Amino acid sequence: MEIGQFFWEPLRYPFMVRALLASILVGVLCPVVGSYMVLKGLSFFGDALAHAILPGVVLAFLLGWPMAAGALVAALVAAFLIGFISQRSSLQEDTAIGVVFAGAFALGIALLSTLNNYTVDLAHILFGDVLGVSAQDLWVICGLGVVVLSVIVALYKELLVLTFDPMLALVLRLPATALRYLLLGMVALTVVMSLQTVGIALVLAMLVTPAAAARIVTRRLPAMMALAAGIGVFANVTGLYLSYYWNIASGPTMVLVATALFGLIFLFAPRQGLLWRKVAAAG
Amino acid sequence: MLAGLKKSPPHDLALPAVSLEGVTVRYEQTVALEQVTLRLRRGDCVAVVGPNGAGKSTLFHAIAGVVRPQEGEVRIYGSQPGGHICVGYVPQRKGVDLRFPVTVADVVMMGRVGQMGFLRWPARRDHEAVRAALDEVGMGEFAGRQIGELSGGQLQRVFLARALAQEAELLLMDEPLTGLDLPSQEVILGLIGRIQQHGVTVLVASHDLNQAGEQFPLILLLNRRLIAFGPPEQVLTTANLLSAYGSHIHVVRSGTEELLLADSCCGGGSAPQQLSASSATQPVMQETLAEMRPPR
Repeated sequence: MEIGQFFWEPLRYPFMVRALLASILVGVLCPVVGSYMVLKGLSFFGDALAHAILPGVVLAFLLGWPMAAGALVAALVAAFLIGFISQRSSLQEDTAIGVVFAGAFALGIALLSTLNNYTVDLAHILFGDVLGVSAQDLWVICGLGVVVLSVIVALYKELLVLTFDPMLALVLRLPATALRYLLLGMVALTVVMSLQTVGIALVLAMLVTPAAAARIVTRRLPAMMALAAGIGVFANVTGLYLSYYWNIASGPTMVLVATALFGLIFLFAPRQGLLWRKVAAAG
Repeated sequence: MLAGLKKSPPHDLALPAVSLEGVTVRYEQTVALEQVTLRLRRGDCVAVVGPNGAGKSTLFHAIAGVVRPQEGEVRIYGSQPGGHICVGYVPQRKGVDLRFPVTVADVVMMGRVGQMGFLRWPARRDHEAVRAALDEVGMGEFAGRQIGELSGGQLQRVFLARALAQEAELLLMDEPLTGLDLPSQEVILGLIGRIQQHGVTVLVASHDLNQAGEQFPLILLLNRRLIAFGPPEQVLTTANLLSAYGSHIHVVRSGTEELLLADSCCGGGSAPQQLSASSATQPVMQETLAEMRPPR
């Protein structure tokens, strides 16, 4: 098969075109937001948030709302609860995250089990269904993406100070608490956006893996975000095509490609890679 | 909040640079600072010493307006600290994420964020301020380095440059000399002297009583309460050190010399150290600005 045909053949199907567009959008946005998560140590929070939105998704489905709306409400409620519990008790934040995460996820599964198509729906929600992205979903992803990217550009320097040195944010009288909630809110939005593509169980990989790979080889945050976005788009598009030709589930394929890229960079990157440093240390 | 609205309150230079009146700070059940009253003039350079948990970090937080005292009042040039963006601070090396993807110039530019205001990108004068600050501390040629590539002394100089770029008029430094070799310590002390001559009031937390006594014109001895404040010879007396270090220190009189035995109770079981009265040190873990949680 020629290369051109390899790329164009799947695009005969409108659902593949929509899937491709969704993969690219999510491939840019997740790693950009994920860069802050990697730097702030918010991976567990992101994972928990992704699981905690399940009841919102199921309720939206039952009430006939758009899935994104239900997910968003659930994400905001979960983020608020986590903040509230950790601030108003002697518990660490990760403990509060654990409690809310597990409880909300259980509620979601319980609600879902009342439906007829339990296993099919559960699989779609957990592992994504990028081939089922509708035109309306695409518009939602696009709109939320523009909002999130605009906020990151507009508040770049404030978010950088908050991430690097929270104490400086306080003495510069930046609204540190509001900025922190804003960051968590953007994580929530991004999780909701990516839900359809990779699903609850794997969205963390989209957020964290490309950003983690980029962090190994970059020295400045903008470069890290740009490279992470590049890795994200490449992984998602490659994953989508591989899943088409090899007939494997698309979400996991995308994540596997991203993980493979991470592994390559981790091992073989010039100067920062494990192998390079071993060789440098030996010679 | 709109750009340009965020202005530091006016400074009344006739009033003390820093004044604390009966400041008490409690965290839940524990009292971190108790009835601290203190006045610093513009350009004062003070070493803050005291045992572990003496409230040095809390004192800095209260002065910076990051912690609100339950009792008493903090003023910077006559107004409450909460609005001032003139408070610079230099974190301890161990409180800094050295692998963070920022360059030296990026870190110094962070000091300008307060002046720039929201939705503004660095203008030419911000870049000029960053360059001038880096030149002032002799780090101009390192502007493009990632911060993890710097030595401990160089990192401290970068954070000093950040405070300069911030146009800080009050500088809080947390153990800036800990872990530095002697030449680097000299450089930092020299820079602190220069900054102080610009009229910046400097407070330096230290656990090295010896160094504090030799290098700083003013010593503040703290153990939740303010034990003593003034020139080293007035502050570092046996009576004061006893009341600051209390049960961790024993006085032994042998012949003409007075010995203080400091028991490093929290340092992990090292043997008691024998020290003369003028060189008692407290080799214990220090709490840091960075480790302290923001106020709840």
